[in-house]
Amino acid sequence: AKKELPEHFKSYKHVWVFVELERGQVHPVSWELMGAGRGLADRLKVNLAAVVVGPEGQHTRNAALEAFCYGADLAYLVSDNVLSDYRNESYTKALTELVNTYKPEILLLGATTLGRDLAGSVATNLSTGLTADCTTLDVDADGSLAATRPTFGGSLLCTIYTLNYRPQMATVRPRVMPMPARVMRDAARIVVHPLGLVEDDIVTKVLSFLPDRDAETSTLAYADVVVAGGLGLGSPENFRLVRELAALLGAEYGCSRPLVQKGWVTSDRQIGQTGKTIRPKLYIAAGISGAIQHRVGVEGADLIVAVNTDKNAPIFDFAHLAIVSDAMQLLPALTAAFRARLLPDSRARIAV
Amino acid sequence: MHNIVCIKQVPDSAQIRVHPVTNTIMRQGVPTIINPYDLFALEAALGLRDRFGGEITVLTMGPPSAEESLRKALTYGADRAVQLTDRCFAGSDTLATTYALATAIRKIGKEYGPANLIFTGKQTIDGDTAQVGPGIAKRLGVGQLTYVAKVRSVDVANETIEAERRSEGGVQVLHTRLPCLITMLEATNQIRRGAMADALRAARAKIVKWSAQDAGVEDISKCGLKGSPTVVKRVFAPPARAERAALVESAEQPAQALIDAIFLNQPKLETDL
Ligand SMILES: Cc1cc2nc3c(=O)[nH]c(=O)nc-3n(C[C@H](O)[C@H](O)[C@H](O)COP(=O)(O)OP(=O)(O)OC[C@H]3O[C@@H](n4cnc5c(N)ncnc54)[C@H](O)[C@@H]3O)c2cc1C
Ligand SMILES: Cc1cc2nc3c(=O)[nH]c(=O)nc-3n(C[C@H](O)[C@H](O)[C@H](O)COP(=O)(O)OP(=O)(O)OC[C@H]3O[C@@H](n4cnc5c(N)ncnc54)[C@H](O)[C@@H]3O)c2cc1C
Repeated sequence: AKKELPEHFKSYKHVWVFVELERGQVHPVSWELMGAGRGLADRLKVNLAAVVVGPEGQHTRNAALEAFCYGADLAYLVSDNVLSDYRNESYTKALTELVNTYKPEILLLGATTLGRDLAGSVATNLSTGLTADCTTLDVDADGSLAATRPTFGGSLLCTIYTLNYRPQMATVRPRVMPMPARVMRDAARIVVHPLGLVEDDIVTKVLSFLPDRDAETSTLAYADVVVAGGLGLGSPENFRLVRELAALLGAEYGCSRPLVQKGWVTSDRQIGQTGKTIRPKLYIAAGISGAIQHRVGVEGADLIVAVNTDKNAPIFDFAHLAIVSDAMQLLPALTAAFRARLLPDSRARIAV
Repeated sequence: MHNIVCIKQVPDSAQIRVHPVTNTIMRQGVPTIINPYDLFALEAALGLRDRFGGEITVLTMGPPSAEESLRKALTYGADRAVQLTDRCFAGSDTLATTYALATAIRKIGKEYGPANLIFTGKQTIDGDTAQVGPGIAKRLGVGQLTYVAKVRSVDVANETIEAERRSEGGVQVLHTRLPCLITMLEATNQIRRGAMADALRAARAKIVKWSAQDAGVEDISKCGLKGSPTVVKRVFAPPARAERAALVESAEQPAQALIDAIFLNQPKLETDL
């Protein structure tokens, strides 16, 4: 395929990030995307705009103001009380009309339940390309968005372009991009756009919202230390060794996908492309081979420690510290050694 | 009720192997399965048929070999299977896929009665985009309920539905009008074991096969590679880190050596932990 951008798309300029606001809170993925979007906008020498859609009032307004502290040059704001809960119809209308009116060349959204629901609809309305779950966003020499994502099965990545349609749309999962530093800045231009929809126009009604109990939302994605196990552990009983080390370190525990598929561990603990992306200071992976779908979920960790019996395991290609060892022996030894190091007097205390 | 369930045949990913030398995916001989999430969608439709009667049509777009997955769906109890198969669909991205599927869904409505609900899985395990459901809904101009964990109730007479949708940090309980499209989450509704009678029927059943023209596709340029705005330009192996992992070796005290190495690399951790 060749790039032959039709004339009417040539006026599409600037990079947009959709700021996801649910029940008054901005999803952190939006600020992560602002960081990535800033990089793209600087390379293209264009503006970075935040798109804020939500109910009237302080929360929505604050989200727009806050966007400037994460690098926005301007913000588009659609606020209407019809938008107080996320619903596909109203949000799709707001975002589609903004795009058609102000014509961005790139539009980024978080790959959350909200972002994917919205992005799929908006891209279809606009008849443009949408690349899902990207792990790297870049611009080419000719200014095209190069969106890279893992391809299924193997240990491969593919780079996808939307050459001849605008905007070029992409979603990115939470924690894949680093959180940029927040820099106190005054708001610059805020463009207010009307929604043009009343409640009676919207067919779908939100009857209620049932928030998750705390227990259901593990803080895996945001943990400083994560210990995880894979198929190399051999049995669900052995997974206890992972949990014990995690508990001692005050860490979260996680696993590779096969353990979820086998029912050894619950799905909220899966790390990787179709699970959680993590960015801890320390990641310890035991008995995990390091397939690309796992790798993309952990590459943002500061220090990756891999325990594997196979010295040629792919995980050693991206781990920082490697130990060729049987996890069943090493994990308990590591737990004991950490305990001795971190709680040197614990043995004495138990003795008393 | 007439409900349509969209299913995709996918490689059984657990068994895919990468060629050790060329680094390409070896697809030959890889068994295929119905995308696992689509079975939750099918079970949801079967559950509604248990309660309200009616028919279920399963639909797939795929190469001739995808017939196998339709037959499998019939063994679970689907009433009718439609396969959209034509060379012009090859290379479709999600936008082109939803054009073809939405066109076929309209045609199914004309031939066998309009659909009350259209089901898809929440995503596939190969392309994994979760974009096809919302795309079909938009093209048909019907509402969408994505990431549905549970259909609470359907009021057939008043043409409304109530369902629980997973969202960030909780569950939205939504009420909307039929027809609409639902993308099903993995849930507790494991697919039922099909009845023997269904297995016998499935083996002999005639699969309805439509070319693009049969399905009523008017604009062939919206199909396949041509109709796909996304272009896969490069497939490559991820670069190895500049330096490979440092090997921690110690015959006597590997755990101790590893902890020393961790704190040497990240001194701050020792105080944080
Ligand atoms: C669309 C798609 C999405 C996917 N998403 C994800 C995802 O989000 N997350 C994910 O993790 N995977 C995902 N996968 C699966 C991925 O491709 C791999 O199959 C999976 O990560 C492998 O899991 P594993 O490393 O635990 O098992 P294996 O690949 O079987 O590796 C086990 C490892 O343990 C080692 N080992 C064996 N015995 C021991 C021992 N006693 N001590 C120490 N080491 C030992 C072995 O040498 C081996 O390296 C996805 C796949 C597809 C197709
Ligand atoms: C590795 C890889 C990466 C890709 N990345 C992208 C991308 O970023 N953007 C893009 O536009 N395309 C992409 N594609 C192409 C995309 O996979 C195809 O368009 C495919 O036909 C449908 O998308 P999906 O598998 O992601 O389905 P999803 O949107 O994840 O599927 C959701 C549901 O839609 C239904 N469904 C999907 N396909 C069919 C079908 N053929 N017949 C019947 N029902 C179906 C099923 O019920 C399924 O559960 C990619 C393909 C691969 C192999």
